[in-house]
Amino acid sequence: MALDKPYQDIPGTIIFDADQSRKGYWLNQFCMSLMKATNRERFKRDQRAYLDEWPMSEDQKQAVIDMDLNRAMALGGNIYFLAKIGATHGLSFQQMAGSMTGMSEEEYRAMMLAGGRSVEGNRVIGEDGTAQPHHQPQGQAGRKGH
Amino acid sequence: MARITASVYTSHVPAIGAAIDLGKTQEPYWQPLFQGYEFSKQWMKDNKPDVIFLVYNDHATAFSLDMIPTFAIGTAAEFIPADEGFGPRPVPKVIGHPDLASHIAHSVIQQDFDLTIVNKMEVDHGLTVPLSLMCGEPAAWPCPVIPFAVNVVQYPVPSGQRCFNLGKAIRKAVESYDEDLNVHIWGTGGMSHQLQGARAGLINREWDNAWLDKMIADPAACAKTPHIDYVREAGSEGVELVMWLIARGAMQDIAGDPGSIRVRHRFYHVPASNTAVGHLILQDV
Repeated sequence: MALDKPYQDIPGTIIFDADQSRKGYWLNQFCMSLMKATNRERFKRDQRAYLDEWPMSEDQKQAVIDMDLNRAMALGGNIYFLAKIGATHGLSFQQMAGSMTGMSEEEYRAMMLAGGRSVEGNRVIGEDGTAQPHHQPQGQAGRKGH
Repeated sequence: MARITASVYTSHVPAIGAAIDLGKTQEPYWQPLFQGYEFSKQWMKDNKPDVIFLVYNDHATAFSLDMIPTFAIGTAAEFIPADEGFGPRPVPKVIGHPDLASHIAHSVIQQDFDLTIVNKMEVDHGLTVPLSLMCGEPAAWPCPVIPFAVNVVQYPVPSGQRCFNLGKAIRKAVESYDEDLNVHIWGTGGMSHQLQGARAGLINREWDNAWLDKMIADPAACAKTPHIDYVREAGSEGVELVMWLIARGAMQDIAGDPGSIRVRHRFYHVPASNTAVGHLILQDV
C-alpha cells in the first residue's frame, strides 16, 4: 500500500522524507564532512578531487560544483546538510535560499524586508502565485527576453 | 520537589547568532528584533531558573543521516558548541544536568515515550541562539541546560499531538524529582519560513499569529494542527513549531489547573534573514 504523502502538491517545495534521504545519503554525508576546517580547505582547493572520494552520482557531484541547490535537493539533498557547502563558500542562508528562486541577492533581500513571500497563490500547484512553475525564474532573471 | 514554573518560546535563526557574534545587534536591520528581547533578558535575571529544559532541533550537526532519533535527551555533563561549517560560535559551553536528565529519561520512557539517550553530543545554533537571545553574552550560561533534540529534518516528524502529550509526560517526570528545583522549559524554532526551492522566503504573518493565539488559549486544539497545514501555510521549515507544543504541554494549566498561567511577553517580527521570529513567555500565576 502506498504511503501517505499529502505534501507533494505544494509548488517549489521538496519534502525531505525517507525516500529522498535514501537517494541523497552520500550527498548529505559528504556535506557533513565539511564541518571540519581541514576538509573545507581540501574541498575548496580541488572540488572535483574531493567529491570523487565519495560514492555520489555524477549528477550530484555536478550540482555541488554548480552550487545548483534546487538540483541538489531534487537529487536527495537536504537544505540543512547543503548549507554546509554554502558555509564553506562563505554564503549566508539568505544567499542560499535566494539562489533557489532565480532572484538576485538584492531582490530576495528586498522581498524579505517587505514582509516575505505571500502564501496567496502558493499553497497548491496550479494556482497563480510567485512560486508556481510558470513564474520561474523569478525577479529580473524571469523578465529577460520577454 | 522540582517544578516547571515557566515556558519560553522563540525562533532560533542562525543569522541571529551571527548578528550577535559579529556585534551587529544595533544595526538598523537587527535593532527592532533585539529590542523585542530586552524585556526577556531582564525577566531571565529576575526569574532565574535552576535548570532549563531546552527543546530544539539539531540541524545536521550531532545527527547526520547515520542516526535520526525522533526524540533525543542530552544526559552529558557538558555540551560543546559545534562547528556548523563556519567555525564554532564564540559562546560558553553548555553545562548539563546529568542527574535530572537521566531521571526525566527514566520517567518519560516509563510513560511510553521511547527517548534516545545521548551521552555525547555537540549542540548547534538551534540551542545556542535561544540562550543568546534570552541571556545576552555572559561568560557562562546562567544555569545548567538539558538539551532535548527533536527530529524535524527528515519526514515524518512527530505530530503536534505527540509533542503535546510528551510535554505532559515531561512535567510529571520533573515533578517526581525530589530536589527542589525551579525548571523552565523552552520550545524553539519556527515561525513561518521556507529555506528551499521556488517558494523560499514564504512568510505568513496572519497564520503565525492565529496559531500563537490558539497555542496560548486552546493548546489542545492547536496540537491537532496536521503537518500539512504547517508546510502549506507556514513553509517547509515552519513545521518546527511542533516543538513549541512540547513546552506548552508541560505547563501547569494543562495538568488540570486551568487559568493558572499568564502571558508575560509576546513578540513577533519579520524578517530575520528568511524567517518570521515569534517569541512568547508563559509563567505560572
